[in-house]
Amino acid sequence: MADTMQFDLVSPERSLASLQVASVQIPGADGDLTAMKDHAPLITTLRPGVLTVQGPEGEAKYVVTGGFAEISGEGTTVLAERAVPATDMTEEVYHDMVRSAHEAHAKARETFQNEPGLVDDAAKLLADMVAMGGHIGLNPPNF
Amino acid sequence: MPSLKDLKNRIESVKSTRKITKAMQMVAAAKLRRAQDAAEAARPYAERFNAVMAGLAASVGESDSAPRLLSGTGKDDVHLLVVLTAERGLCGGFNANIAKLAKQHADKLKAEGKTVKILTVGKKGRDNMKRDYGDLFVGHVDLTEVKRVGYSNAQDIARDILGRFDDGEFDVATIFYAEFVNVVSQIPTAQQIIPASFEERDDAEGASTLYDYEPDEEAILADLLPRGVATQIFAALLENGASEQGARMSAMDNATRNAGEMIDKLTIEYNRSRQAVITNELIEIISGAEAL
Repeated sequence: MADTMQFDLVSPERSLASLQVASVQIPGADGDLTAMKDHAPLITTLRPGVLTVQGPEGEAKYVVTGGFAEISGEGTTVLAERAVPATDMTEEVYHDMVRSAHEAHAKARETFQNEPGLVDDAAKLLADMVAMGGHIGLNPPNF
Repeated sequence: MPSLKDLKNRIESVKSTRKITKAMQMVAAAKLRRAQDAAEAARPYAERFNAVMAGLAASVGESDSAPRLLSGTGKDDVHLLVVLTAERGLCGGFNANIAKLAKQHADKLKAEGKTVKILTVGKKGRDNMKRDYGDLFVGHVDLTEVKRVGYSNAQDIARDILGRFDDGEFDVATIFYAEFVNVVSQIPTAQQIIPASFEERDDAEGASTLYDYEPDEEAILADLLPRGVATQIFAALLENGASEQGARMSAMDNATRNAGEMIDKLTIEYNRSRQAVITNELIEIISGAEAL
C-alpha cells in the first residue's frame, strides 16, 4: 500500500486499534465521510454507525456510538464513546445500545418539554441507532 | 504475668493475623497492577480529548454564546463537592485523606459564605463525613456491587451531576480523589469539572493546525462538554482505584511487618517465662534434696 496514514481508534476504556491504513470511512454527524492520507484537518462529531477501515489486512468494521474524530494530514484519531468490533457485535450488545438510546429519548421528552431541540437530538440518536442495525444485519428490539 | 498458655495463644493469634495481612497485601498488589493497566489504557483517550477540548474552548470560550458548562452560570454561590472514595477500608489513610481535603474545602467555602452541597461516591467517604457534614449531603453513588469500574459507571455519575446542573442546583462542581504517584504516595486532589477548565496544550505544533469543524465549533463543544465531565470522572475513578490498592498494599505491608515484630517479642517472652518455670522447678527439687 503506497499511501497510508496512521489510524487510532480509542474508547475511554482502552485503545482498540492503532495501525497504518489506506482509508477510513467515518459516520460523521453530518453524513459519512472517508478520510485518506493528506485529508484537510477536520474535527467532526460522530453519529451511531459503522466505521470501516481499509487496512493492510483487508477491511475491518467497528460499530461506534457517539464521540468524535480528529483528522489531520498525518493520521486519523477516532475517540468513540463506545466502540465494538463488528465481529463481536451481538444482538444482545446492540439491543443494549438501542435500549439506552430509547431511555435517553424518553427521558429527554419528559425533562425538556420546552426545548424541542434536545428532544429532537435524542430522537435522532435513537433513529440512527435503529438504522445502524440495518447495516450490521441485526433487528432492533421491540418496544 | 501471663501464663505460658496465654502467651502461646497470643502468638498463634498474631500469627494468623499476619497471614491475613500478608494475603491482603498480595491481593492488593495483584489488583494494583490491574488498576494501573486500566488507568494506562484510559490515558490516550483522556489526553486526546483534553487536547481537542482545549483547542475548542480557546476559540469559543470568549464568546457570549459559549455553553454554560464552559462559561459557568455567571455565579459562584453554590458549590457541589463530589467526593470519590473507596468502598472498603483497611487501606491506610486513603479514605481519610480525601475526606480531609474535602472537609477543608467545604470549611473554606462556608467561611466565604457560599452554600456547599456534597455528593459522595463510595461508602467510606460518606461514613467519614457523615457526622459533621451529613446535612450537606445531596446524594450518594454506591459502587459496592461494581467489581471493575467501567466508563458506564462514570457516565452514570456524570449524568447525575449534569442533571443537577441543568436544574440549577449548583454553580461550581469540584471532584475530590487521590492521584496515584506510587505505592507509598497518593496525593488527595481537588479538580474543578464545572465550569470546565482545560489545560492549555504545550506543544505548539498541535495549536498551529487549523481544523475544520463539522457541524460547527459550538455544536461540537455542546456535544462534547458533557462527555468531558464523564471522561474526567472516569479518569478520577481509575486514579482512585490504583491509589486505593497502592495504599492498601503499603498499609498491609506495614501491618505484616508489625505483626512479625510482635511475634518475635512474644516468642522471647514465652521462652523466658518457660525457662523461668524450669529454673523454679529445679530450685525446688535441689532445695528439697538438700533439706533431707
